[in-house]
Amino acid sequence: MTPKTVHIQYYAILREQRGIEDEKLVTHAATPAELYEELRVRHGFTLGGDRVRAALNGEFAGSETALRDGDRVVFLPPIAGG
Amino acid sequence: MSRFPMFKISSTPIDSAALLNELRQGRAGACVTFEGWVRDLNEGRPVTGLDYEAYVPLAEKEGQRIVSEAVEKFAALTVVSAHRTGSLAVGDLAVWIGVVAQHRSAAFDACRYVIDELKARLPIWKRERYADGSSEWINCATR
Repeated sequence: MTPKTVHIQYYAILREQRGIEDEKLVTHAATPAELYEELRVRHGFTLGGDRVRAALNGEFAGSETALRDGDRVVFLPPIAGG
Repeated sequence: MSRFPMFKISSTPIDSAALLNELRQGRAGACVTFEGWVRDLNEGRPVTGLDYEAYVPLAEKEGQRIVSEAVEKFAALTVVSAHRTGSLAVGDLAVWIGVVAQHRSAAFDACRYVIDELKARLPIWKRERYADGSSEWINCATR
């Protein structure tokens, strides 16, 4: 599979554990779930993939959605509004 | 396009009096408001304040969907709501909801719907600061 370039934004606990707010990344990950696992291993994120949702290009997305070149990805830790 | 119903993320203090004024209309016979405040205790730990962080574009999109759903489901006349981001102290206003309807039942039901859905669906995160100097992202503890 050809690698793709994605733009990732981090919030809350993931932003703190990554140490930056956003980055561009070349990846072979096919889905947000695969991409999160790649990042979790690399950066030691404490949240397992089962507790993180994904947003693609400004909208909620399933973790098994196909990633495309140029996608803007946001990983959403467990929410706590209100 | 109408500005209502309306949901906003606010990085500055919410002016609830101004929002309430936005709701005034002759057809309304009932107005229900909800204020969520920062409480000084959570699960037995003394809390000194909160930091809220939001994925703002998606939080505003989802919040707008929620207030629109509330109007439709309960035949409310309109809904205005705002949620804070940034650093808040105990007693500060974190979320404000105002609903007007022709009758009280719809206004109560729609207001309850909005706060429940906001809490379940908005991409907003909360870090609590505790009296002992520590802090924690809520719901993010390692299990």
